[in-house]
Amino acid sequence: MKGYLSDRMGAALLMAPLLLFLALAYAWPFLGVVKWSFTLPTPGVGQYEALLTDDLVQSVFIRTLRIAAIVTLVSVAAAYAITVVWVRGTPTQRLVAEFCILVPFWISVLTRAFGWVALLSNRGLINSWLQAVGFISEPLALVRNEFGVIVGMTHFLIPFAVFPLASAMRALDDRVLLAARGLGSSRMRTFWSVFVPMTRSGIIGAAMIVFVFSLGFFVTPAILGGGRSVMVAELIYLRIFQSPDWGLGAAISVVLVLFVGALMALLFRYVRPRQLI
Amino acid sequence: MRQPGRAAEIKAIGIGKSFGSFRALDNLTLDIGRGEFVTLLGPSGSGKTTFLMILAGFVQPTEGRLFSDGTDITDRPAEQRAAGMVFQGYALFPHMSVEANIAFPLKVRKQSAAEIKRRVGEMIERVGLVGHAKKLPAQLSGGQQQRVALARALVFEPGVLLLDEPFSALDKGLRGQMQAEMKRLHQATGTTFVFVTHDQSEALALSSRVAIFNHGKLLQVGAPNEVYERPANRFVAEFLGEINMLPLKGVRSADNGATALCEDRAISLRGSAEGIDGNAILAIRPEYMSIASEATPGENGIAATATGSTYLGTATRLDLTTKQGARVSVSVPNEVAAAALGNGNSVWLTWPAEKGFLLPDGGQ
Ligand SMILES: Nc1ncnc2c1ncn2[C@@H]1O[C@H](COP(=O)(O)OP(=O)(O)OP(=O)(O)O)[C@@H](O)[C@H]1O
Ligand SMILES: [Mg+2]
Repeated sequence: MKGYLSDRMGAALLMAPLLLFLALAYAWPFLGVVKWSFTLPTPGVGQYEALLTDDLVQSVFIRTLRIAAIVTLVSVAAAYAITVVWVRGTPTQRLVAEFCILVPFWISVLTRAFGWVALLSNRGLINSWLQAVGFISEPLALVRNEFGVIVGMTHFLIPFAVFPLASAMRALDDRVLLAARGLGSSRMRTFWSVFVPMTRSGIIGAAMIVFVFSLGFFVTPAILGGGRSVMVAELIYLRIFQSPDWGLGAAISVVLVLFVGALMALLFRYVRPRQLI
Repeated sequence: MRQPGRAAEIKAIGIGKSFGSFRALDNLTLDIGRGEFVTLLGPSGSGKTTFLMILAGFVQPTEGRLFSDGTDITDRPAEQRAAGMVFQGYALFPHMSVEANIAFPLKVRKQSAAEIKRRVGEMIERVGLVGHAKKLPAQLSGGQQQRVALARALVFEPGVLLLDEPFSALDKGLRGQMQAEMKRLHQATGTTFVFVTHDQSEALALSSRVAIFNHGKLLQVGAPNEVYERPANRFVAEFLGEINMLPLKGVRSADNGATALCEDRAISLRGSAEGIDGNAILAIRPEYMSIASEATPGENGIAATATGSTYLGTATRLDLTTKQGARVSVSVPNEVAAAALGNGNSVWLTWPAEKGFLLPDGGQ
């Protein structure tokens, strides 16, 4: 415990310049946004009242939470499988897994979103192939809807879920798994009743990271949702640059930031920051 | 499958293990009898853990076969062998309570809830963990974690219990206590115990037989007094405790033993001198040597000079140098040491013929 505390002091000192930069680059402008939300177009809490009654805003919030939840579930499950191979596979398997994890980082989010459009659209690869083979006669609606958004976001977020999972799996003592086997437990049972519970902190960390990221997603939903599955970030953009209704856009931003802040606080109650790396 | 509760009899025949080009175990043959307490003793890296892992089924031998109660189990996976195993560092399930850790092997065997409860309760009592059942391993002391590991490995009544240096992380007092407790558990359960250590006194104190390893080879197997007093070679002799070595010349077989010249004095030996060609080393444990002021006719002895002494409380250790420069240490009563040192340091070193043994000159 003592070591942990002094570690924290050291870490705080090392991070001081970065914290200062973040304060200037984000906190200061954010205060401006908070101010707008209480002053535009007229001073008061009118914008927040509007939030509670505006059907569009509410449906966007609900959709955002739903998409974030589904993306989190799918990404963490997929990342878990990849990470098991990456951390515990044979040397060749590890190399392949590492490649799959790292390659997405080299391609911009925009490129990847358009890549998915090319794959999923009505005349995209998947639909043309399915039609050519004769499985379907009409193209499936795979894009410009929630499905497309979920696919694109999941693909983007899987690598981010890998790192907290990998650090939890690496910390696990192999002998504990051997012990389980030696006590008569099958591979399957050892995986579910020892391996998975012992990587719980990694699962929580990965889920939180993916969920929080999902809430603020902009590019992927904007492209793969085709304006029909608008998520919160896009809504803020629309209110500020198109309507323009700066006060409402600012109020939505404030609510989103507070929500994410609350989630992060919850996360750090369960997982130490270093377990996420 | 074997019946639970019945001690297993293990036969390892010609076991070898290579990691790449590295030979971790070489042609190891060992019989472990039902209910025996066999200790695998050897320096770090000698292959003890590797052999234990092969017994448990976690490591596949490169050559050789393994039999349990006459059945070949070489290819049987670990979970079907169900040897109880206590790992170095315990390897408890950190997310499960003491109770759940101990219940694990029973749950895996699909025992009824009532049966599990009864046996876990019994085991907790037996290893002295009453009142700790609901705690997590991290909330226990090292000694308590050790008990959980023992309980977990014994609760399903395995035919054999494998223990890899279970006490190496404990302090000396607790170590002694746990050793006594383990001896008691061995008697109470009647299970076959295979125990790994690199502490020779622990090995001698606990086991019915000791198997000494070095560089992946099994050098000698025998009862503690056998390996201590009749070591097969120099390595075993030195590894099991302090030993004095005196060069001998002209070793020759004689009636009930052999004769030889030690520093130009004729001495007699028990045991055969077969295979020894003229020169040899005479090895004697320090506690079997004694000192006198002058030679007694017909008894083995040579002249020596005391060069130092260490007061040990119960006895004094004298460091001596013989005329020809061999260094010897002897453990003697305190007043004998005082007298020897008061007498110009010149002493007569003697030993009973049956306590010395011959080792080949030079090498091993
Ligand atoms: N998986 C492995 N790959 C390569 N070499 C190994 C492996 N496992 C063990 N070895 C080597 O085999 C030798 C014997 O190892 P082992 O763990 O059996 O020794 P030990 O007698 O248990 O030693 P210690 O007292 O230090 O625990 C060592 O030199 C070790 O480096
Ligand atoms: Mg070892």
